[in-house]
Amino acid sequence: MTHGGGGRAMSVLIEDLFHRHLKNTILDQGHDAAVLEVPPGRLVMSTDAHVISPLFFPGGDIGSLSVHGTLNDVAMAGARPVSLTASFILEEGFPLADLERIVISMARAAREAGVPVVSGDTKVVEKGKGDGVFITTTGVGVLPEGVSISPAAAKPGQAVLLSGTIGDHGVAILSKRENLTFETEIQSDSAALHGLVGSMVDAVPGISVLRDPTRGGLATALNEIAHASKVGVMLDEGEIPVRPDVEGACELLGLDPLYVANEGKLICICDASDADRLLEIMKAHPLGQNAAKIGEIVEDADCMVVMKTGFGGSRVVDWLSGEQLPRIC
Amino acid sequence: MKYIKEFRDGKLAQKLALAIRQEADPDRHYHLMEFCGGHTHAIFRYGVQDLVPQNVEYVHGPGCPVCVLPVRRLDDAIELALKSNVILTTYGDMMRVPGTKQKSLIRAKAEGADIRMVYSTQDALRIARENPQRQVVFFAIGFETTTPPTAVAILQAKAEGLKNFSVFCNHVLTPPAIAHIVNAPAEPGEQPVKIDGFLGPSHVSSVIGWAPYQPAARDFRKPVVIAGFEPLDVMQSTLMLIRQINEGRHEVENQYTRVVTKEGNRKAQRLVDDVLELRRTFEWRGLGYVPDSALKIREAYVDFDAEERFALSPKESREVKSCECPAILRGVKKPTECKLFGTVCTPDNPMGACMVSSEGACAAYWTYGRKREAMAAAKGAAA
Repeated sequence: MTHGGGGRAMSVLIEDLFHRHLKNTILDQGHDAAVLEVPPGRLVMSTDAHVISPLFFPGGDIGSLSVHGTLNDVAMAGARPVSLTASFILEEGFPLADLERIVISMARAAREAGVPVVSGDTKVVEKGKGDGVFITTTGVGVLPEGVSISPAAAKPGQAVLLSGTIGDHGVAILSKRENLTFETEIQSDSAALHGLVGSMVDAVPGISVLRDPTRGGLATALNEIAHASKVGVMLDEGEIPVRPDVEGACELLGLDPLYVANEGKLICICDASDADRLLEIMKAHPLGQNAAKIGEIVEDADCMVVMKTGFGGSRVVDWLSGEQLPRIC
Repeated sequence: MKYIKEFRDGKLAQKLALAIRQEADPDRHYHLMEFCGGHTHAIFRYGVQDLVPQNVEYVHGPGCPVCVLPVRRLDDAIELALKSNVILTTYGDMMRVPGTKQKSLIRAKAEGADIRMVYSTQDALRIARENPQRQVVFFAIGFETTTPPTAVAILQAKAEGLKNFSVFCNHVLTPPAIAHIVNAPAEPGEQPVKIDGFLGPSHVSSVIGWAPYQPAARDFRKPVVIAGFEPLDVMQSTLMLIRQINEGRHEVENQYTRVVTKEGNRKAQRLVDDVLELRRTFEWRGLGYVPDSALKIREAYVDFDAEERFALSPKESREVKSCECPAILRGVKKPTECKLFGTVCTPDNPMGACMVSSEGACAAYWTYGRKREAMAAAKGAAA
């Protein structure tokens, strides 16, 4: 509790751990608030709380995830992120070595993304009143002129693009959380997508919708878009990329990859005439190599997401009620 | 994925659909009960009913372990978690099933009960080892498929001398349920269920084999085809049933040969037999009390029997009025014939187990059937 008490121990924690690893000119000024030089344009801001079990998973940890998650929220407005803030809630007794590992990972993710963490806060709660560590990050970005991206902007006839394979993050987490071991270790796809978004928006400023299908997966994100835009979505099952090992794990557990979380993928809805060009740009980027056109926006007063199955029929891809739970037998 | 896509091949489905159309006699109606919820979901998810003629009708049966658990047993589990300060472990599907007054395990958890979702009995044992100061109860439900892991957990707990682990045993058996569905008189005000043949349980049969269904097939003159859960399995089994019905045969046939044998898994059967024994009678939701249809923990393992370890108080359990889950489980009503379906009762606000479980008939109708019905209605209006 002393580390959260505001005294010397807290100051040491901040200087020795957070400032040492997250070092940059704005953070180093030591203000409670960061003073930012902002380029011209409209500001985009997003905040996201990160709670995850386990804290460390194949392909990432809560530190890198807290950077990627918020940067992606900013990027899905079509904006270029410029800075982040971070708030840590630590549970008493949480090992400092684990905290340092998380902060180093966070610093690396911020450095690779080119977006500094410019301000932060730390609180410590009593043992039993937290889950190790919670991290809330806030991101600020700038929206270029001429870009207007909104979940309510999808129109019938437009194409639905996806930047890569689905379900990797959720299955990676599940494989560690439940001690389920698979023959191949499935890595989370956790990644910052603003670089990919930047090249897409530069080429086609008229993109209608961008969305990262995180919790609830592709199915939930598409249902949200369909309801916000008052349209339907027709998917083609054969075009949706799923890694064979993720598909196998989902089969084993009775889960549907359409509902499994992603942390490094995006859905893009654009005019059909721009689809091929955007796909080319996406495939040229390391985070979009498996991009595909997975369906189209259709007129539908019921705002349903429907999928043509490889079996020759069609099925509704509905909202998920609660969590997706594995079947019993 | 190898051996997944092969069983969902659209071209093969068309060939099977053609064979079914050629062999189904247009002058008769085929009522085929799919016993398992896994079949129900395969039928809806892949649109199998679109591929078979209208006179081939699938009747949804009671084969969902969550759905057939009577409310009283669920209430017992909730009381155990709330009042006995135990850690209650359970498979995820049970969490949202409403008990009396809509109380579910997930609501009890929100009220402070320590209820943890597990993927296997091994997780429940691990929790017991990690919490020696707490009593850990595994809320065991399911058909013959999930019974062997429960038996193994009890044997392990005994071998390790675990004093804080017990099982609330609710395992039920499929052959008596099939016999009961055919044999039971119709409820007052209900038409008797029409069944010409059964798509028999698949994963269950991998444990007990297909031989245990022979008495029911013979005595009630109803063909049974043990059918896998993939959509092509369901279609091939449908064709096999239609052939038997046309030829007047009533045998047990095995479509799911890649997994199921006549004898089943002898080792699993021995394990179950070592630890569990028949209950003289057990209540099923929808079917009422069915003799010799469930298992309880043998006297030799009574120390691991949660029903013996914890005193559970008798209670007035009741289901939601107007909920038709019981009639749906007997195959005499369809989900859409329930007044609550899609209005009061949805997956977000379930009134009965059939709307909650991933194997429930109402959940399948709601999830996959709504668009089909809307499209059919639109077609009808246009015509």
